[in-house]
Amino acid sequence: MNRFEYVRPRSVAEAVAAGAVPGSAYLAAGTNLLDLMKIGVARPGRLVDLNHLPGLDGIEHQADGAVRIGAQVRNADLAHDPGFRRRFPAVAEALLSGASAQLRNAATVGGNLLQRTRCAWFQDTASACNRRDPGSGCDARGGENRLHAVLGWSEHCIATHPSDFCVPLAALDAVVEVEGPTGRREIALRDFHLLPGTTPERESVLAPGELVVALRLPAEAAGFAAHARYAKLRERTSYAFAVVSAAAALRIVDGRIVAARLALGGVAAKPWRAEEAEAALAGAAPEAAAFRRAAEAALAAARPSGDNAFKIELARRIAVRALTLAAAGTPERLPALPASPFAPLSGGRHV
Amino acid sequence: MSETRQMRHGSSIGQPVTRRDGLLKVTGQARFAADNHPAGLLHAVLAVSRIARGRVAALDLPAARAHPGVVEVMVTANRLALALHPDDKSVPFSFKLDLLQDDRVRYAGQPIAVVIAATLEAATEAAALLAPRYEAGPVEVTLDAPGGYVPESVGVGDPGEMRHGDVEAGLRAAARRIEATYETPLQFHNAMEPHGVVAAWEGDALSLDMPTQGLALTRMRLAALLGIRAEDIHIRSPFIGGGFGSKLLSGPQVLGILAARLVGRPVKLVLTRAQMYGPVTHRSPTRQTLRLGAARDGALTAIHHHVRTATSRHDDFLEPSAGVSHTLYAAPAIATTNEAVRLDTGTPGFMRAPGEASGSIALESAIDEMAHACGMDPLEFRLRNYAEVEPVSGKPFSSKALRECYAEGAARFGWAGRPLAPRQMRDEDGLLVGWGVGTATFPAIMFQAEARAVLRRDGTGLVESGTHDMGQGAWTAFAQIGADSLGLDLDRLEFRAGHSDLPNAGIAGGSGHTATAGGAIHAAGAQAIARLTEIAVADPRSPLFGAGNVGVVARGGRLLRRDDESRGEAYADILARAGLDSVEGRGSAAADPAAAERYAMHAHGAVFAEVKVDPELGQIRATRLVGAFAAGRIINPRLVRSQYYGGMIWGLSFALHERAAMDPRTGRVMNADLAEYHVPVNADVPSVEAILVEEQDPHVNALGIKGVGEIGITGTAGAIANAIWHATGTRIRRFPVAIEELGR
Repeated sequence: MNRFEYVRPRSVAEAVAAGAVPGSAYLAAGTNLLDLMKIGVARPGRLVDLNHLPGLDGIEHQADGAVRIGAQVRNADLAHDPGFRRRFPAVAEALLSGASAQLRNAATVGGNLLQRTRCAWFQDTASACNRRDPGSGCDARGGENRLHAVLGWSEHCIATHPSDFCVPLAALDAVVEVEGPTGRREIALRDFHLLPGTTPERESVLAPGELVVALRLPAEAAGFAAHARYAKLRERTSYAFAVVSAAAALRIVDGRIVAARLALGGVAAKPWRAEEAEAALAGAAPEAAAFRRAAEAALAAARPSGDNAFKIELARRIAVRALTLAAAGTPERLPALPASPFAPLSGGRHV
Repeated sequence: MSETRQMRHGSSIGQPVTRRDGLLKVTGQARFAADNHPAGLLHAVLAVSRIARGRVAALDLPAARAHPGVVEVMVTANRLALALHPDDKSVPFSFKLDLLQDDRVRYAGQPIAVVIAATLEAATEAAALLAPRYEAGPVEVTLDAPGGYVPESVGVGDPGEMRHGDVEAGLRAAARRIEATYETPLQFHNAMEPHGVVAAWEGDALSLDMPTQGLALTRMRLAALLGIRAEDIHIRSPFIGGGFGSKLLSGPQVLGILAARLVGRPVKLVLTRAQMYGPVTHRSPTRQTLRLGAARDGALTAIHHHVRTATSRHDDFLEPSAGVSHTLYAAPAIATTNEAVRLDTGTPGFMRAPGEASGSIALESAIDEMAHACGMDPLEFRLRNYAEVEPVSGKPFSSKALRECYAEGAARFGWAGRPLAPRQMRDEDGLLVGWGVGTATFPAIMFQAEARAVLRRDGTGLVESGTHDMGQGAWTAFAQIGADSLGLDLDRLEFRAGHSDLPNAGIAGGSGHTATAGGAIHAAGAQAIARLTEIAVADPRSPLFGAGNVGVVARGGRLLRRDDESRGEAYADILARAGLDSVEGRGSAAADPAAAERYAMHAHGAVFAEVKVDPELGQIRATRLVGAFAAGRIINPRLVRSQYYGGMIWGLSFALHERAAMDPRTGRVMNADLAEYHVPVNADVPSVEAILVEEQDPHVNALGIKGVGEIGITGTAGAIANAIWHATGTRIRRFPVAIEELGR
């Protein structure tokens, strides 16, 4: 780990001023950043510690029905907030399907948005990686890339964004509140992350020094609470990143879908909102055929980036699964294995 | 259950005593090697190679040395001379070491420099600043590498080829034939405690805190390498955070010792998790082809088990996967053959059940395939081919309660009523359900060990043997044996272990530690009791005077006449009257070659698995595991059950999770951390049960112990593979099972 300057600002304004200095990185829980520093992938010259800033750790249920979540709210606290969980169950389910209990207790909402890819070549400083080292090439291409992107990738980068949390956020039109050297602004979460294109090193639209201070879910998002699920396919029952995942949210009136939201995880460098699928579902009966059509639409542009063609079909199937679960209705309480295919449908058994 | 059955009055052996180290461990007081911080300690960090073949052309030593806090950088040029070349194997079970002897790189992850600094952080950063330049050559790191050779031996001296009967004739005569190839992955050691050392020199004496599974062997090799007397090396290894075959002497530990010598200060060197993927041995991949023939009634006519595996380009260890076919199933013709290829990797080595684990998953899968071909229930098929004598040697088994294992396991699991055809069972949520069985086996091995036992005038006892507690509970089990051997209650016994100054307890390996060191302890205690008895029966003032002919028994701190237990005397009284502070016994144990000549000696077991598979997504979960094992005498059923659980969970890992993704272009492992190198988590093992099947073995050794450390991993992986087939109808032959194999 390189030697770095450690700054503990007392206000958001101080933090932004410190963070605007080139080479700075914001430190939230550090569950991702410190790991990357230990393996030499991240070498910031200064860490600006956000953990002592006042006012970033609240969950406010606002008068208009929106919820505003401070960037320093811990994943576990958010997922277990009764009001939040009731109104945004798919988000809670996604949060609880990620990482381990220990990590969820530490990791923050703001940090989760900005977590880096798990691509092995990104993490291996001896490998070529355009994301880590622009222009060096992409050793993931030609390597074992069965879990890499099938949507939105470029020849410069085939990495995926690993977040579970961001997937329902993209589906539910979350808004990111940002404070920066030039003031405050809001960014739709679906516009927050960038596809690699020719500049994979640019992972989000944040300008240098800009700090995520809060995340907002609009009131409208709570309108899906009765039919909102997150489904996640993974290579062990818990503590694994998604092979593919999907967040589905439906509003069903008189046996018809009046509004549908669908986003996919594990398939691209950003949480993948599937608007084509949503359009295909609007007005349809919540049935298998419609879900399959929606899934086809969601993956219409998919193409393998390597030995991962299987992920395209699995992404369709996880989309169908999430939609099916959502249509069946959000369960009274989240399963003990959130988002897992092994969570009981029939109730009764706990694990 | 088994616990009560095995409890005997007045005996510690057989009792489910809790771990003596349990409280220390759950309260963080157990001091592992890296917890030691002698005054003046410096931190050493390895720089390791990122190429797998070639040479280190340059290191930026000035940059590393200039980093604040750095004391020294050890490289080939300033590394102290050794008395023995690191490639020379002066002791058994050892491998060539990479000790900065030259600029050559033989695998990725090989140490190429050691940075010594005031802090771990400074040493780590300075190691990165070395920024090596390499001259890299092309690498081969997979079993698809061209070439190969037929090895004379595999494992530790097992024959590379074994033929019993005429396999081709057996296959020709068969009514059913199957031929299938199974692949097992590259796996790396991931004990919770990484390899490390805290080394302190005082003149030519060396004090080490270092985990090792073989105190005496480690000390001998270190003495030879360093050119100092073995008696001047003092290794403390009271607690080992898992060894599994990887913790004999490793190269990085020697580098830590050399670093301490170089700077004249105590040095701590501990591997990072990622650095364990290279210099501390691994399990090599295998590609195994099974050809089986069976008659119409399901009797096997031939087994041919062929293995292709790999070793490093510079050293030899070949995973002896075909060995399981020598012992498990009766067939008139059995052949095992091997081929090997040399790769640009670290040298493979012992990883829990080396050979049996990888071979078992292939053999058990093939047996299942043949059972299906014969239209038979897989358990019935196994019983149809039950080996009454060891098939290849024709020797009788010293004991074999495998039939009882099958019966007790099947009953507990509820095997009866299993549909013969696959893809017949679903749970209430529509998940596919399948049941599979696998046979477990592991040889009963003995090494050599010594022990010392003392009876003291205060009525307490002392047993000393340099045994190794790797987390398996050895400290507790040996104390139980020691207490019984001295006729003392457990709380009257002091047991000293985990130190190289104590009597040589051999190695904790091959599932043979309890049998071997336990035998030595038992003999030492018996000798101490015999000496005390001599004193008592010759003393007219003793109530035992003249009892020499009828004999005495030792129990509860007293010697008692065998014919009249009301007549006896406390040890303390005998010693006091004789004016002695103590009496001492010494004991040793080793394999009995005569018994080994007459009998085949193996532990056995049967593992039953239930898996559920999501029919669309292909995600798999082993929802139930039941293992029934017969391994001779059980010293401590609580600890043994725990060993079986651990083995079975590793078997599950073998079938479903564990695999190193080595980039074939570079030879680097791309998932060298526990986030990406998957092992099971709690949610993957919702239900594991182990049944201890009664088995008495009068031949295997004095205590009748077969060993339990490794058998659990065998059988389990195959049972899960077979359950997956039964759930889905798809036979997976490459492990671990990838999600895309079923999700299509």
